[in-house]
Parts: sequence; C-alpha cells; structure tokens
Amino acid sequence: MSGAIEQPRFTCALGSCQSVVAIKKGVPILHSGPGCGVQISRIIGQGEGYAGGSTMPCTNAEESDVVFGGEKKLRDVVENSFKVIDGDLYVVITGCTAAITGDDVAAVVGEFQEEDKPIVYVEEGGFKSNNYVSHSRLVKAIIDQYVDKFSEDREVIPGLVNVFANIPYQDPFWNGNLEQLKRVLTGIGLKVNILFGNESEGVSEWKTIPQAEFNIFAGSWAGLDIVKHLKRKYGTPYLHFPYTPIGAKETSAFLRAVGEFGGLDKEKVETYIDREEKKFYSHIDKMASFMLEFRYGIPRRFYTLADASTALGFSKFFLNELGIIPGIQFIVDDIPEKYQESVLEEFSKISDLQTRDVKVVFDPDAGLDQQKLLEDAKDYEDKRLLILGSSWDKHIADELHADLLIVSVPVQHRLVMNCGYAGYEGGLRAIEDIYDRVLATYR
Amino acid sequence: MSKISIKEPSVVIREKRLGTINAFTGTASQIVEKSAKGELKDCKRKFSQCLGCNQQQAFCQLAMIRDAAVINHAPIGCAGEFADFNFTYRVEQARRGLPSQLGRYFCTNLLEKDTVFGASRKLEETIRLAYDRVHPNAIFVTTSCASGIIGEDIEAVVDAASEELGIPVVTCNCEGFRSKIWTTGFDAAYHTVLRGIVKPSEKKSNKINIINFWGSHVFDDVIRRFGYEPRYVIPFSTVEELSHISDAAASIHICPSLSTYMGAGLNQLHGVPEVLVPPAYGVAGTDRWLRAFGKLVGKEELAEEIIREGHEKYVPEIEKLKERFKGKKAYVTAGAAHGQALITLLGELGMDVVGAAVFHHDPVYDSGDDKLDILGQAVKNYGDVPDYRVCNKQACELVNALNRIRPDLILARHGGMTLWGAKFGIPSLLIGDEQFGIGYKGALNYARRIDDTLDSIEFIKNYSKHASNPYTKWWLEQDPGYFQGDGSGRGCAAGNGGF
Repeated sequence: MSGAIEQPRFTCALGSCQSVVAIKKGVPILHSGPGCGVQISRIIGQGEGYAGGSTMPCTNAEESDVVFGGEKKLRDVVENSFKVIDGDLYVVITGCTAAITGDDVAAVVGEFQEEDKPIVYVEEGGFKSNNYVSHSRLVKAIIDQYVDKFSEDREVIPGLVNVFANIPYQDPFWNGNLEQLKRVLTGIGLKVNILFGNESEGVSEWKTIPQAEFNIFAGSWAGLDIVKHLKRKYGTPYLHFPYTPIGAKETSAFLRAVGEFGGLDKEKVETYIDREEKKFYSHIDKMASFMLEFRYGIPRRFYTLADASTALGFSKFFLNELGIIPGIQFIVDDIPEKYQESVLEEFSKISDLQTRDVKVVFDPDAGLDQQKLLEDAKDYEDKRLLILGSSWDKHIADELHADLLIVSVPVQHRLVMNCGYAGYEGGLRAIEDIYDRVLATYR
Repeated sequence: MSKISIKEPSVVIREKRLGTINAFTGTASQIVEKSAKGELKDCKRKFSQCLGCNQQQAFCQLAMIRDAAVINHAPIGCAGEFADFNFTYRVEQARRGLPSQLGRYFCTNLLEKDTVFGASRKLEETIRLAYDRVHPNAIFVTTSCASGIIGEDIEAVVDAASEELGIPVVTCNCEGFRSKIWTTGFDAAYHTVLRGIVKPSEKKSNKINIINFWGSHVFDDVIRRFGYEPRYVIPFSTVEELSHISDAAASIHICPSLSTYMGAGLNQLHGVPEVLVPPAYGVAGTDRWLRAFGKLVGKEELAEEIIREGHEKYVPEIEKLKERFKGKKAYVTAGAAHGQALITLLGELGMDVVGAAVFHHDPVYDSGDDKLDILGQAVKNYGDVPDYRVCNKQACELVNALNRIRPDLILARHGGMTLWGAKFGIPSLLIGDEQFGIGYKGALNYARRIDDTLDSIEFIKNYSKHASNPYTKWWLEQDPGYFQGDGSGRGCAAGNGGF
C-alpha cells in the first residue's frame, strides 16, 4: 500500500528512535527537522522514558541546513550529546531533511566511532518506510556497528537465546509483553536476552547477542529481518513463531515450539507448561460460571484493527479461550504483500476443530477500514460487539455500543505501565481487562 | 508594523517579520529594554534537543474547524499529531455540548519514490479521497519538510481542486525547517484562513473575535454585558462562520504569541480594530484591559462598574491566599507571551518570580507597537525577573537553571518541562487552558490551584527520591546558557548582546 492514510496507527522510519529509548540508557540523536521528535512521541511515546521526548538531542534542521547541509551542526550536537546526556549507547537517526540534502552522516558519526565512542547511525528519512520496517534496520545497525565491535566473545553459551518480538512503543504493551516472554522462556530453562525494557540488562546484554545458541522471533513479519541477519552474520539459527502468544493454549504451543527447536529437555518443558496451565485454567474454571451465566450480555463477536502479530494472537486467544468469534480483522501495519499469505494461512488454522473463514483486510488506511467495519456490523445488531483497536476507534465503539479494548497505538484512553498480554499471566490480564470494560458499562 | 499581504501563498516568517529570537540570558528588564531598542540578536546553539515545528502549530489551528478536512502533504510520521489533536477536539466538543465528531485528517503518506518522481498526483488523489469521504466545506493542505524540499507546485494542484470541487482548497505552507520559531506556524494558519476563507463584509456586526486556542469561554458574560457577542476563533468555528469574521466590531488577543498576525490581518485588510493591551491577567491587568475595551466600545462607565464588582467579589479571597504565598519563590516555563502572563499572575499573587525559561521572544508584535507588551507591564507592576532566559524549549537549560535556583514552585505550560520540577522535588503545576487565568476570577483560580499544588508535596518529594536524571554532572556544573551562542561556554546570548 502506498496511498493516503486516514487515522494513522504507526509512524515513519524515524519512529525507531523509540526502540533506542527502550534500551537501558540508550540515547537517540535525531538529525532531523525540529518537529519530528514531538510527532513521534505524540503517537507512540506515552511517557518520556530515560532520554526520549523533550530530552532527545536533535539538530532541529532549519532552512540554511537544507540549503548548505547540516553536517557541521550534526558534529556539534553529537559531540555535546556525549557531554550533556549520560548514556550507554547513542544512535543517530536521520530524517527527511538530511536524507534529501544528502548529508554524509556515516562520515560524521565515523569520526566518533574511530574514537571508540558507543555510537551508531542509521540513515533513514521519514519517507523511507514506516517504523515497523525501520525497527529492524535500527537493530541491525546496532549489531553491526556496536555489538560486533565491542563484544569480545564469540563462543556460544548453551541455553542463551536472543528474543525479538514486540516493537517497543509501537506495541503499547511492549514492556509487559517482553517481561512475560522472558518469564516463560526462563521457566523452560533458557537464559534470555530480552534486549529492551525493564527485564533487560541493557548494553551488556546486547554484547552477548553473538553468543546465543539460537534466536527467537515471535511476531508476524516486522523483525524477521533481524534474525535472518543474525543467521547470516553469526550463523545463529532462528525460530519464527508467527504471532504474539496470548493465554495458555498459545503460550504452551510457543514453548513447545521453542523446546523442540532448541532441543530442550522435553520433560522439563512439559513440567513447566503443566504447572502454568494448571494455574491458568484454575482461574478460568473459577470464572466459567460468570462467562457462561452472566445475564446481561458479554461480547460475542470481535473486530480487530491492529498489526498482524496482535490480531493473530488475540484472535486465537479469543476464539479458543473465551468463545468470542472473530469478525473482520483489519491489519493496519502496512504489511508487505510477500508476508500477507502467511498471515492468511495462520488465520485459516485458527480453530483445531473446524474450518473457519476469518475475513482479513490488509489496509493501513483505517478511515476506510472503519467504514467497512460499520457496514459489516449492520448484520450483527443482535450481538454485543468487541473492538480491539486504538483510541481512533472510540467513536465507532460508542456508535455501535460496542466494547473497546485498546491494544494498539494511539493510546489515549488508558495508561500502560507494565501491562502485557503475552504469556499465561498476560492472558488472564486480557480477560480481566475485557470484562472490566464490559461490566463498567452497566448501571 | 508588519504589512500583511495575502497575495503570496506563504506567510513571512516571524524572525523576518518581528525579529523574533530564541536565545537570551539576562533579566526581564534587560530583554524589555533591548526589545524596545531593537538590539536583540539571533543566536545559534551547539547542542539542541527536540523542539516542535511550524506544522504542528498550524495544524492545531486548522484541525478543529468543524466542517473542514485537513490534508498533511507529508510522510506518515508528520501525522503523529492527528490522534492527539483528535483527542483534544473530542474532549472540547463534549465541553461545548457539541455532537461527537471525529477529526478528519489525511496524510498523503509520501514515500521515497514520491520524493523522486513527484507527489502532485498523490496530493490530487488525496484531496479527492478526503472530499468523497467527508464532504467538507473546505480542505486545508499543510506542507512538510519533505513536500517543501521536493518543491512542486502545490498551488496549482489546490487551485484546480478548488475549481473542481467547488469548495475552498487552501495551502498552508508550514514546513518544519521554514522557520526556527515554531509559532510561525500559527501565523501560517491565519494567513491561510485570511487568504482562502475570510471574505470582505458589507456591514459590521456586534461580534467580538476572540482569537484563541480552545480555552474555556470566559469572555461570554463580560462581552455580552457590553452589548456584544463573543465569537471564539479559529477552533470550533465552521467555515461559514470564519468567512464572516471580517464583520467583527473588534478582535481580542488572549495570547499575543498566538494571534497578532490574525489581529493585524483583520485590521489591515478589513478594518477590524484590535484591543491592544496585554491580555487580562492579574487584578491590575484586568482593570487595564476592561478600561481599554470599554474605551474602544465607548462604554467606559460600564467598565468601571464591572471593575468595582470584580474587586468586591474576588479580591478579598485573593488577598487571603496571598498571605500564604509570601516569600515563596516561583519559576515559570512556557511559550513567550503566555509565560509572561504567568509571570504577571504570580506577581499579582505576591510571589517572588525568581526565574523564567520562555521558549522564544517577539520584540514587537504585528500591530507594530508595544501596547501588547505583557512583560514590560509585569516588570513595571511587580518588579524584575532576575533570571530571564529564552530557552527555545531546551529542557537541558531548564533543568540546569532549576538545579541552581531550586524555587518553591514551578508553573509550566508545555509537556516535557513540568516533570523536571517534580524530579527535583519541586511542586509543579501545568495548566493547559490559557483562559483559566483570565480576569479576576482567573487570578483566584490560579491562587487556589497554586495553594493546592504547594500543599500536595508528598508525591513530589517521594518521587524525587527515585527519579532518574539523564543529565551529566558536567552539564549541571555549566551555566544554563552555555550552549547559547558559539558554544564557547560563555553564553554569548548573555544579555543577548555579548559581554
């Protein structure tokens, strides 16, 4: 897709600066126009973090930089960023202005790299791609220009895995989701480099990336390039699990896939799964009476406007763990055509018991998606509907008297700290959150 | 006086029109004096942090016109603000009792190939798409760094579209790099509306234009008492309403940083007089404003009556609260004129304003005189501000200054700044509604909120023990204005004329 977009639910290539913010003591440096940082924070930056938002260094391009080039200014800002901001890793990301005028960013940053400063650059330009795609370029740049240079050891550490999954800040629950993924993977005996967020050790963890026994990519497509790159670079094999695992059934499937791929002790994996499933289903069992007997209506059909990993993860979870039937799934992440078939394939396997024809629409123009949703909903006036979407969808949820669970950016109607929906605990949290919203609507 | 010409599609940027600067270190009285003498000079910085741009300020004015659509001719990143302004738009609809409506904003989603092969077609298609989907009464096309540098003839596209669709389709040239002063974006939006929407009017009405953001309707009672009707522009107007704003009896400014281009434009092009006194902040400021308005509409006695009533009703409680603020040191960080308005309010409440970090400085306004000079009045009425800096929203300068000054209270007006007070354990208050502080009641509003803020220190003190600080020890030991100027560390913007 390359047409106009109403109601954007992602940002431009420069959005990968938020992935830097998600690394402990990571400092993004924007070589861009003055408003770029604010634009990104406004859609995917709930909370400034350590050195994001107004703290982020930026060259704030002005007319003379566009005419005469901004290399000198970049050099000044980089040099002084080291003096002013206390960081472990600095990443220069270029915006439209520098990309069009053709500043030699490699040369400027190269001067600092020669002095062994912990600095990396990514030549972007907002128009180059969206941030789903640029996240991979950013991670690859850090690996190539920083990890590769500063990591001493190449010897494989048995049981060490690098996990690439939810994109920081683009997934509003990235921190909580990564925490949950680390928790369950640690549970089956792995040592986990989660790389972003609270549960990561920061740059010291990044430096052990080449020593992983294998890599895990849990997601539909955005991030797949990273594990492919690591396979080429260090020969590390990878497992691709094609969505975010939410709830017991999918998390167990995820752990079994990891266990098998990594040749882990099967008994150990099954013991952990058994323990976690018992806990999970004891809660479901306790609440089954509510879910089956509540008199005043709970959602029966859901629509999703989210990225492929989220839509798939939630669809499998809703259908199998809560009995809510998938309506149209609007995939709004501008997923490249070559990956669309695999998403359709996953949706076709959503039920173990019957063939389900889930309608999937790939279109980042969510204004149009909403029109289609409203049209479709006319056929289901007898059902209470649930919309999994973003703050953009509040008004259609109101119009349809549907319940809205915000799982995608922009997030303006809820506050996210460590909430995550991945894993066993995340699945329970999702159930609580959905019924919290449902029950709060009653007088 | 800047001459407003709507022949050109682009507004003349503020640094050229008004001599606006974004770096200064000194005292408030110095900047007032140097402004009057025209001695302020522009300064560069050798370190800078994310700012904000023209495009965002333009968009905020155009995005809440109730029956218009906005197209940002830009890569998708420049549309990050859409959701944010839609949120504001909808919250404020509810406050105004308006029906629930979505902001209709479109991004042309410029990609690399468009920067090479051209993007005019894409813009044409997006205009049609927006029209088909929304059926708006006007479409505004805002530009971005990318569409600006490609440099295609956007005017030709919008003119053709306007003809085809039979509605105004108007450009707003507000590329982020165009002006170093982000508030140029307001001017760009007003230029667009003056140029493409406002029509000459046959006869005058009894309406008063209140050129504002989306603040509370504090002017309703007072304007009606004078026998006029308030008309808040631009947000929440319709295209039709905007086309008639030239018929107003007068225009009111709530924040000269925002609105003097519109005020001067309506004055020069359509003969709408402006109320040219600093906005009504503080008791003395409200007295002065009411007298000026009364004079303009020939009802000076009524103004005196309203002043008497206001004093009777609000001043006793303000005086009582003032007792509690005695000896308290306050610090202000905000955009230029609003920051100066906050200085006025704090002065009125008897606090000692020890410092201010305002974002830019306009030495004159579009009216061409000093009649709207809030800071000059504040200095005259309440005394000097010893550490007055123009910080261009550089958080590092604010953090550094706060670390030295350690005031008892911080009043802020923008996100990303307020939190620094809390990190240092200083009670901090952010009020988004500019009109909250206007008039006698506004002074009392602020007094009460400040009292609450000074009282609620438990969270701030606890949080400050655990807050992260990304700034180095080295930086906190330099002067806050270290990077203003040549980066020699001597802060060449000191007094903004060198040493």
